Amino acid sequence: MELPLDSSLLLAAIPALAFAGCLLPLLLQRYGRAVAALAAAAVMAGCLGLLLRLTAAALAGQTQIVRLAWLPAWGLDFSLRLDGLGLLFCLLILGIGMLVVLYAAWYLPETDRLGRFYSILLLFMAAMLGVVLAENLLLLLVFWEITSLSSFLLVAYRSDKHESRISARMALAVTGGGGLALFAGILLLGGIVGSYELSVVLDAGARIRSDPLYAPALILILLGAFTKSAQFPFHFWLPNAMAAPTPVSAYLHSATMVKAGVFLLARLYPALGSSDLWFWLVSGTGALTLVYAAAVALFRNDIKGLLAYSTISHLGLITLLFGLDTPLSVIAGIFHIINHAIFKASLFMAAGIVDHECGTRDMRRVNGMFRYMPITATLAIIAAGSMAGVPLLNGFLSKEMFFAETVRYADPISWALPLLATVAGMLAVAYSARFVHDVFFNGEPIDLPRQPHEPARWMRAPIELLVLLCLLVGVLPGWTVAPLLDAAAGATLQGPLPDFHLALWHGFNQPLLMSLLALAGGVLIYTLRQPLFAWHEQLPRMHARTAFERFYRSLSVGARRGVVLLDNGSLQRYAALLFAFVVLLGTWAYVSGPAGGGIRVPGLVADEAAVAALCVLLLGSVGATALYRERLLAVILVSVVGLAVTLTFIRLSAPDLALTQLAVEMGTIILMLLVLYYLPPRSAPKSSAPRLVRDLVLALLAGGGMGLLTLLMLSAPLSSISGFYLQQSVPGGGGANVVNVILVDFRGFDTLGEITVLAMVALASQALLDRLTLQAPAHDADGRRWASDVHPLFLAMLMRPLLPLALTVSIYIFLRGHNVPGGGFVAGLITSVALVLQYLANGIDFAQPRLPQRPAALLALGLLLAAGIGVASWPFGRPFLTSAHGHVHLPLLGDIELATAMVFDLGVYVVVVTVVVTLLSGLGRLSLRAHAGSPGQA
Amino acid sequence: MEALLATAIAVLTACGVFLILRARTFPVLLGLTLLSYAVNLFLFASGRLHLDAPPLIRAGASYTDPLPQALVLTAIVIGFGMTGYLAMLALRALAESGDDHVDAGKDS
Repeated sequence: MELPLDSSLLLAAIPALAFAGCLLPLLLQRYGRAVAALAAAAVMAGCLGLLLRLTAAALAGQTQIVRLAWLPAWGLDFSLRLDGLGLLFCLLILGIGMLVVLYAAWYLPETDRLGRFYSILLLFMAAMLGVVLAENLLLLLVFWEITSLSSFLLVAYRSDKHESRISARMALAVTGGGGLALFAGILLLGGIVGSYELSVVLDAGARIRSDPLYAPALILILLGAFTKSAQFPFHFWLPNAMAAPTPVSAYLHSATMVKAGVFLLARLYPALGSSDLWFWLVSGTGALTLVYAAAVALFRNDIKGLLAYSTISHLGLITLLFGLDTPLSVIAGIFHIINHAIFKASLFMAAGIVDHECGTRDMRRVNGMFRYMPITATLAIIAAGSMAGVPLLNGFLSKEMFFAETVRYADPISWALPLLATVAGMLAVAYSARFVHDVFFNGEPIDLPRQPHEPARWMRAPIELLVLLCLLVGVLPGWTVAPLLDAAAGATLQGPLPDFHLALWHGFNQPLLMSLLALAGGVLIYTLRQPLFAWHEQLPRMHARTAFERFYRSLSVGARRGVVLLDNGSLQRYAALLFAFVVLLGTWAYVSGPAGGGIRVPGLVADEAAVAALCVLLLGSVGATALYRERLLAVILVSVVGLAVTLTFIRLSAPDLALTQLAVEMGTIILMLLVLYYLPPRSAPKSSAPRLVRDLVLALLAGGGMGLLTLLMLSAPLSSISGFYLQQSVPGGGGANVVNVILVDFRGFDTLGEITVLAMVALASQALLDRLTLQAPAHDADGRRWASDVHPLFLAMLMRPLLPLALTVSIYIFLRGHNVPGGGFVAGLITSVALVLQYLANGIDFAQPRLPQRPAALLALGLLLAAGIGVASWPFGRPFLTSAHGHVHLPLLGDIELATAMVFDLGVYVVVVTVVVTLLSGLGRLSLRAHAGSPGQA
Repeated sequence: MEALLATAIAVLTACGVFLILRARTFPVLLGLTLLSYAVNLFLFASGRLHLDAPPLIRAGASYTDPLPQALVLTAIVIGFGMTGYLAMLALRALAESGDDHVDAGKDS
């Protein structure tokens, strides 16, 4: 049902509060550890408070949905749902989260400030809430990825340790890779259904299962779930993630992160379940993981390692239950999710206490703890009993349901499944027995770094609460967990619940017999442990971690080889590959593209002037290329080419371009000459002949291709969008020079981007020249000494009065730019050239102090002018960069169309001048340093 | 006229590409300048070639396409910025490696 406004806001407020609250511990950590912990707990309590307002409806079986449009065109809405399943997970996430916050404050070393830890923990919690509350599958995926990333940060909390970093990377690689598969699977699923909204997807089960893409979608989604829930063969990241601090393990690796995978199985069960493929894949993976991990857990010497494999095994059990694909097995799976979260969180915390008090977690050394910490020991023994499935505890109930389901399951594997379940049960009893016996009894501790004793009162409190829950649920299931389980199961199955009741006593039946067998067998296995351990010792070691690292290393070596193949650090090779690829692409497009009308140039008649200009251009460019070793000459020839291009622009009706090109030309040539002063005047050794041939062929292919492309383009009919600009230029933009109006008005946003790039060029150049010293050469290429005369007086005296004159011209060009050729770009370039001429004529000593010293401020001014006038249209309710204009009559200049776009153009002008002056004054300072004391030369 | 322009673009591109493939920084600078001439002319030509039709609004005049001109105008200025940046990069590379090879120090 769609929610009324206030409760929909409540629902949306839960993840919003969680995400906003992330920053709180970080901001408050300066007030101490306690404040950071309280802030984290307060955020969780706030979320819980919001959730409780919505609980009644969720327990009553209603699905509450809130939808906020985000990217509706892509099927991505910010839509959340709260039903029984979501409620169950929210309670686990928030409830155990608060206990972990309390526990961590005591567990983590006094020297840690905890702000960062709690902030990441909250981020993780917020993402988990998002996963379980998401109504849109794409949104779910976004949160899913945030859980992977934030858990990476949590596992790597001890980032100074190599092991932590490796483990965190492995966890991220596996769960992140699974996330990619899940992404693909969800896209397929959305494609099949036509919507990413869960309420639509869950109703489309029959349609999904009959779709040909069902199998790939299912396999990809299962990959995501199995990697997250550490199912075989993706389980290996979880034991390694035990490098995380214990509070993180207690939270992520018992109740939340690893449960996200089985949550996904439950969530999508109505859409994907009930097929043979689902049955075999899910129950097969689950069964294999259940038995394999239980067997491995028995042989772990690290307490957390044992618990990690036990977790994998229990996750396998849950997966197996979902895979059995009957309503009752699904209910049993959900029940076991609850029970496992409760007892495993308390066990991890108990293991953390032992570690904290003893300084080690090695069960070969940690023995006899019962004497040192009897209360903690009692609590841990009860929780371990729940893990083993001892009656009167919650773990017994769901394990009993599991046994009942395996018995109920008829063909094709009627006897195999109960047998397998019993064996897994025995192994669980055995490793639980080992945990209890080895840690708390079994003689005296051996060589501990610390003297163990009971932990701080509040460090134990979370365990007490969780163990109390184990007992309450175990003895009085109908009074405690039943309503929540009913609601969650109803939401998972999306239909009526089968008849079932939770009770401690179901009479003497097969499941009870299996339980007794498991208990007896488990104890037997543990008493026979010595020969078993000896047998295990001689097994060949297979370390998932080393295998993973080998795989990882070979992957990065392979990737590096691939990169070196394309880019070995040689610019020449890289550029050649680039050009060759472009030529190939062009050829392919020409060959495979639609057959055009061929080359049919309509044709302006070429006159003598055009031919002459072409000849100059050819001479200049070919000359510069042939003589590139004579660098000064080459610069002069390139400048000739620039002039020919300018003439082309004039002839072909582009006066603005011609003005700009001319001004740029002057700047470029001066710049090149200045740079050339420092660079070697001649190019050193010639390229080898094969290299020359290769480059020539590439150059000719590229040139020929461009020529052909030009002719083809000119032969094609023109359809331009410029009609609008020509029509609207005067009425809409208030200017007759359409090019300028486009720049400062119609396409002002593009221009803003372009002057930003220019500003970046100036800043980057300044950084490049910062503190750079180069030796000024004493001789030119032919061994002639560079002149060290003072600047010619005549030139200097002539240039100084020329500056105001040039400035006047540039103001004139600027002002008229809106209507006739000119504008900010051209005016800026003219001003720059005038300033540069001062440099040349008067020397750096004269010009340097007279130029602006802080270009960054000027660049900012220019950009702010341009952007500011754009923003100024907002108060008038117009979009960014809307211009206004009107007529103004100025003395001398006459009637001027004054538009706000002129302020924008002024910004352009300021930026252009500053960029050019920055480049040159940078070179000027370089020259001052190069001569260090002797009269400055430019 | 179109054929002439196409020839100009072809030759400028070929010369630019050849120079960019050289091993020293300065020819690369020259090559990039030539290549940007070629690219600017090509973009400009996409508005087709017209004589005596500047895009200045007057009574009874015909106009060439103003949009490519606006694009090329900024391209020219950006091209200048890029040349300037590259020049500074060349100086920095020279100072760091004592050599003007594009791969800073390598000789080939």
